[in-house]
Amino acid sequence: MTSESHPVSPQPTTHRADLRPEHICDAVIRLAGNSQDGIQSAGALLARLAGRSDQDVMTYMTIPSTISGGPSLFQVRVGTGEVLSPGDEADFLVAFYQHSYKDNIAFLREGGVLLYDSDHVEPDFDDKRFVYVGIPITGLTVEALGGTAKDKGKNIFVLGLLARIFDFDVEKIKRLLREKFGGKNESVLNTALMAFQAGYAYPVGNVLSTRYKFEVSEDAGGRPQLTMDGNQAIAYGLIAAGVRYGAAYPITPWTTIMETLRAELPKYGGLFVQCEDEIGAVSMALGFSYSGHLAITGSSGPGISLKTEAIGWATMAEMPLIIVNVQRGGPSTGLPTNVEQSDLYQAIYGGHGDSPRVVLAPSNVEDCFYIAIEAARIARTYSTPVFILSDASLATRIQAFDEPDLKSLVVEFLPNLTPRAPGFQPYPLEGLTQHAPPGTPMLGGVYPTVTGLEHDEMGHPTGSPRLHMAMTAKRRNKLQKLAGEIPTPEVFGDPEGEVLLVGWGSTYGPIHEAVKTASEAGESLSALHLRHLNPLPNGLEKIFAKFRRVVVVEMNDQGLYGYGQLASLLRARYCDPKITSLNKTSGLTFRVKEILEGVLK
Amino acid sequence: MSTPAAVGLPTEKLTKKALTADHPTWCPGCGDFAVLASFYKMLERRQLPHEKIVTLAGIGCSSRFPYFVNTHGGHFIHGRAVPLASGVSLARPDLHVFLFGGDGDAFSIGGNHLEHGARKNINVTYVIMDNFVYGLTKKQTSPTSPIGFKSKTDPQGAVDQPVNPMKKLVSAGASFVARSHATQVNHMVEMMDRAMQHPGFSVVEILSECVEFYPGAFDAGNPRKGGVFQLIEEKKWDGTPEDEERHDITDEIAAYKLASLPFPGLFGVFYESDRPTKNALEAQWVQSSREKTGGLSALEILQKTFDRMK
Ligand SMILES: Cc1ncc(C[n+]2csc(CCOP(=O)(O)OP(=O)(O)O)c2C)c(N)n1
Ligand code: SF4
Ligand SMILES: [Mg+2]
Repeated sequence: MTSESHPVSPQPTTHRADLRPEHICDAVIRLAGNSQDGIQSAGALLARLAGRSDQDVMTYMTIPSTISGGPSLFQVRVGTGEVLSPGDEADFLVAFYQHSYKDNIAFLREGGVLLYDSDHVEPDFDDKRFVYVGIPITGLTVEALGGTAKDKGKNIFVLGLLARIFDFDVEKIKRLLREKFGGKNESVLNTALMAFQAGYAYPVGNVLSTRYKFEVSEDAGGRPQLTMDGNQAIAYGLIAAGVRYGAAYPITPWTTIMETLRAELPKYGGLFVQCEDEIGAVSMALGFSYSGHLAITGSSGPGISLKTEAIGWATMAEMPLIIVNVQRGGPSTGLPTNVEQSDLYQAIYGGHGDSPRVVLAPSNVEDCFYIAIEAARIARTYSTPVFILSDASLATRIQAFDEPDLKSLVVEFLPNLTPRAPGFQPYPLEGLTQHAPPGTPMLGGVYPTVTGLEHDEMGHPTGSPRLHMAMTAKRRNKLQKLAGEIPTPEVFGDPEGEVLLVGWGSTYGPIHEAVKTASEAGESLSALHLRHLNPLPNGLEKIFAKFRRVVVVEMNDQGLYGYGQLASLLRARYCDPKITSLNKTSGLTFRVKEILEGVLK
Repeated sequence: MSTPAAVGLPTEKLTKKALTADHPTWCPGCGDFAVLASFYKMLERRQLPHEKIVTLAGIGCSSRFPYFVNTHGGHFIHGRAVPLASGVSLARPDLHVFLFGGDGDAFSIGGNHLEHGARKNINVTYVIMDNFVYGLTKKQTSPTSPIGFKSKTDPQGAVDQPVNPMKKLVSAGASFVARSHATQVNHMVEMMDRAMQHPGFSVVEILSECVEFYPGAFDAGNPRKGGVFQLIEEKKWDGTPEDEERHDITDEIAAYKLASLPFPGLFGVFYESDRPTKNALEAQWVQSSREKTGGLSALEILQKTFDRMK
């Protein structure tokens, strides 16, 4: 699905008002404006519309870190097949301002359509690569809505235009608008509907000769599609997994998870608390877990750093806990609204002492939902802290995916307060720790203590060299046991060949699209995607053995010795010099082209 | 999500013997022994269900407390036991959450958590064993060390103004604030008992001598060492002229005035307020949310949410 083979190819301007629609299966639409223009919400509506129409959809957005003002963009890719990445290049660029045009025109593919607000943008018509469609968006919106709204509503006007161009189902859009604005006062909804109508009624056929219609999806009529972003998917995955308590402190791009959980958990009888800082938050979450309710805390880079001492306690005390890190560019305040995968070392090794912990990473928005369930299962079974490493691009990306089978997934847990028999040990050397939460009667009359000091099987502090060795091994062994139960991931593409791409986290889409593109071009390229990063699944060496080169694609630095974070881990683990790195540190997601050029050069 | 009490179990009597765990590792003569003994006494008096008692602590000599009490317990990290205890308290209204620690744990590294636990008025009982020094790490200046105190980190004498625990707690919003002395067992029992009965963030600061690194620190409050242990006289609201002079524990300004008296000051309850706890406020919200969902199961609620995302 590279741009070269792209089916959208608008013709230069003609004056026919209405044309038969051209059938397409994939389009990348980029909206570029300022943050106050509401292009995020217009884009999100477009994405939800696509999801409801059984189209696959993926979005990509950047928001400025300043509150108001500053350029902002939202890219929606709608496709009839599987959409793997938000698209390297746009087929349509909607530019609200001159700077939006200037900054984004490079992303418009040759032959693509520039739809611009002629009240603000003066394109360079000498550049013959694009189709220019100028519409006085600001003026028409003001005209349609009357004076007080000023140009607020441009976003919905553009939605109307796009609905006309792509022959979207107007009734569905109106329903979405009603859902979005209906809760507020009547006039807000009416304004939105008026703006939409004005855009939809604009005779765009006068300036753009083609209309497009998406092929009906093959999956149509299969499981209904849900449309949400990665942070929502994590939040709802946790809810499905029976996680009812959590605590955190706000930080971009983590915050929307806590906002969702704060609003949702009370409905399920649970609670999410905003704490004074990240240390307080992880401590409170550990209090929830200790009380018998597996809890979640989360943050982004800087906040995770603050939590590390307490996570060390969780490892030592063998207390279950889910820690979500929605990674952004670092170190320090870094690039707060950009994407990076540079916290992998921190997640695996960021503790003091020998403190093994579980680290998982979701591949896409859908997987955010399932990885949350997996994290909860592991945390409970192994009584251990579990990291979920998401990132800024997954956090805000909206994707449509098959509705999960909730009946088979949703679980409820109450603290297990059944009386414990005499001789109960919180830290048995043989067997996994399963704590007796407070409130549990201890029939032998001896009550357990959970502790961050090295301890014996009863939780009593000890300095015994024998016990420190044995307990260190206990904490390590349980993760090795977990490794044995993780399925070995399957290779995408040929199971043997020239190059195997290895990825983790949100690079899943562009890596898989790269494999598809290369295969179509006859190149030997396969991919392996890891969801479990610590412990690694068993059997990877057998997969690596089938390839001449193994290239780890990740959004972090090549480090002092030339290898990214996962690449270094794999090289250390397998002592295999054919494992190399393809890194990116621009704060932006990988483009398919970059992977192909980087690997096949 | 409250959890029902286990049924059908023999109710064992809560005796000192049943409550005793590891032998304390404190130095002989450490004030904390008497605090522990008073805690046992208070529990014996109240006969709480054994399994419902939770003792938690941060790090320090005083914070070893949970090992010495045979109840469900946790020994956490330095300074962060307030949010840990808050989590236990918020999720499990059936439990009695007790928290123990030292002056460094509470007012230095844990100062901000203390502030917010108090502000949120979380239902826990917090006993701070204040010895004006860092005991476990062997004599460094603590946030309550008086100016001039010679420690290993202030060989010339401490220069920083010490925290005034009563003022700090009252201004932070703690809803029960009291002060006691580790040589006064009956008084400690009474203060802990009242703190335990009080719904909300209740703190008892106990002057507890570190015989190893700050001997004699609290002699001025110990009659047996020639000091004065003077109690706060609380208002009885009996309309007598004497009552005019007595302390109104609901009066924040009056609490401040008492807290400004020169060392060793007064002992007893400085302040008490019946403002609602976070536990109660959040429980109300949970209840109204549950009512709105009309008693649906988790599966049904989530399904409804997903239906809106289609
Ligand atoms: C994060 C962290 N920093 C420092 C320490 C070292 N430390 C342990 S206890 C303590 C001070 C204890 O003083 P206090 O809280 O007054 O308790 P006491 O021993 O006097 O009862 C310090 C600095 C630690 N355990 N953890
Ligand atoms: S060092 Fe001080 S505080 Fe610690 S046990 Fe000894 S006397 Fe008590
Ligand atoms: Mg101290």
